[in-house]
Amino acid sequence: MNTLRQFSVLPGFGLSLGYTLIYLSLIVLVPISAVFVFTSQLSLSEYWQVVTSPRVMASYQLSFGASLLAAGINAIFGVLLAWCLVRYSFPGKKIVDALIDLPFALPTAVAGIALTALYAQNGWLGQIIEGYFGIKVAFTPIGILIALVFIGLPFVVRTVQPVLEEIDTELEEAATSLGASRWQACRYVVLPVLLPAIMTGFALAFARAVGEYGSVIFIAGNIPMVSEITPLMIISKLEQYDYTGATAIASVMLIVSFILLLLINLLQSWAAKLTGRNA
Amino acid sequence: MSINVKNIHKQFGEFTALDNISLDFPSGELVALLGPSGCGKTTLLRIIAGLEQADHGDIILDGENASNTHVRDRQVGFVFQHYALFKHMTIFDNVAFGLRMKPKAQRPSESKIREKVFSLLQLVQLDWLADRFPAQLSGGQRQRIALARALAVEPRVLLLDEPFGALDAKVRKELRRWLRKLHDELHITSIFVTHDQEEALEVADRVVLMDHGKVEQVGTPEAVYNHPQTPFVYSFLGSVNVFHGRAEQEYLKVGSEQLRHHNESYGHAKEVFAFARPHELKIVDNSHHEGVSARISRILSFGIETKVELDGLNENSGQHYEVHLSQQQREAQSLLVGQEIKLVPSTLALFPREAVALQPSEKEG
Repeated sequence: MNTLRQFSVLPGFGLSLGYTLIYLSLIVLVPISAVFVFTSQLSLSEYWQVVTSPRVMASYQLSFGASLLAAGINAIFGVLLAWCLVRYSFPGKKIVDALIDLPFALPTAVAGIALTALYAQNGWLGQIIEGYFGIKVAFTPIGILIALVFIGLPFVVRTVQPVLEEIDTELEEAATSLGASRWQACRYVVLPVLLPAIMTGFALAFARAVGEYGSVIFIAGNIPMVSEITPLMIISKLEQYDYTGATAIASVMLIVSFILLLLINLLQSWAAKLTGRNA
Repeated sequence: MSINVKNIHKQFGEFTALDNISLDFPSGELVALLGPSGCGKTTLLRIIAGLEQADHGDIILDGENASNTHVRDRQVGFVFQHYALFKHMTIFDNVAFGLRMKPKAQRPSESKIREKVFSLLQLVQLDWLADRFPAQLSGGQRQRIALARALAVEPRVLLLDEPFGALDAKVRKELRRWLRKLHDELHITSIFVTHDQEEALEVADRVVLMDHGKVEQVGTPEAVYNHPQTPFVYSFLGSVNVFHGRAEQEYLKVGSEQLRHHNESYGHAKEVFAFARPHELKIVDNSHHEGVSARISRILSFGIETKVELDGLNENSGQHYEVHLSQQQREAQSLLVGQEIKLVPSTLALFPREAVALQPSEKEG
């Protein structure tokens, strides 16, 4: 690592650190601290009351719970998708590859409306699922989960893909020649190397899901205590011109998200160390 | 354990990697598969290991047809050119891998595994590295660990794919000697692939020379070096001088010049390639009536021998020759760069021209 005032053949540390700090401050830190400045207009008891009201508490549970679950689902299927794209060649591979990024490009409201139309009681899929299995999807937490899985899909695929491409098939051949089964070769040889990338993808998908508004709002139905997400609570406060209330809830979201992301990052660097990459 | 390869054929699209190959590897021998890159030697090794499937033909291990046996069950140890060590595992865990992957019923206890791994690490003289990760080891150390890992599952045969290919010259030489010693201790039937003729000749009990998916010659290092049976073997093993010409009775016509050869069997006016090793050429005065004219381009006189590099003249311009002289010969003759002389071979090996597919770039091996 490079520290200040140390000679280096590749200079630029001071310049790039300065640039990074100013840029981060302008783009991230200033807007976020505004949230806390606004929030500080409330007294502590008022603040506590706003952020712990039953409806808001229910929304935290839904938002963070559904986001974690969605990121988990994306982690599993994202690895599967990346595996197929890296290891096999099949007709239409390029198209599949491009499709994966589509949830990035699509306006989230479009995704929300499309999903709602599909999963509503009279939609194509909604009809089947509700008719045969008796499960309501649209306007329930399940609908929210589906929307969050949809928008989080690209993250794990795109973080795992390059790492997987670098894994030599020779490693699996070596494992197999040593008597490992296909499952053992994947479990003990491939997965440990992929783990840090999977966790990065998981963290990104989770962060995206927590902040998602547009696509969720249509399919959620927004029933109090059942299918209201935290971003919706913030919007509804704003619509009532309760700016400080909105920022109070936002501050809780920020803090919880920050802690969770920090935890995932720590876990990830621990995993990376475990796989000998930093050794 | 013996290995028999029967009529193995392998095609990659239009390219024939292995053309109906049959070979026998007797028990306990260390055999080198030698050839230029793309000759099919690695493909053959991978088919023997079961990492690749032949289009047709059989692999017989210890008298049993193993063609349809999975790699997992063939009990072959495979060592890769780029080591293929598991980066996220310590050296100990790498070597223990094969033992730990065994089905529960056959898996030794953790203390047995420990014992076995350390005895293997001692065998490759690297037991002090057990807790390191592969990234912390040098290339030579990594390859020794890869070998220990392959030996851990007590394979019936050991297959090594260019095991020293990624190492620098000095380490290569060391490991070569070490591999030979190890083989003399273990006597496990081993096949190793190499494109380095010196390596093959120095290490192996027998050498299999391959080119274009075919076996060119099989024999002891001495036999293949001293009695090459095909033009390919002649030009691949060691450096060699080639004369393009026409055989006419006891003379070889090279353009307007002629050389005497001693192959009586060659009839009249046959287009041939004639080979002579660098030490089989004599440099004679330009006025000599026999010999091929050439001009000295460089004289390298370090080491025991003096190397003289020459360029062909007249019809042979563009042709290069190399002559090795002993110090006495060198001192008896006063040779100068730029001097025009004639070359006379003491012996010539003739091959009809149509049978020859020369690869000058591979000449130095």
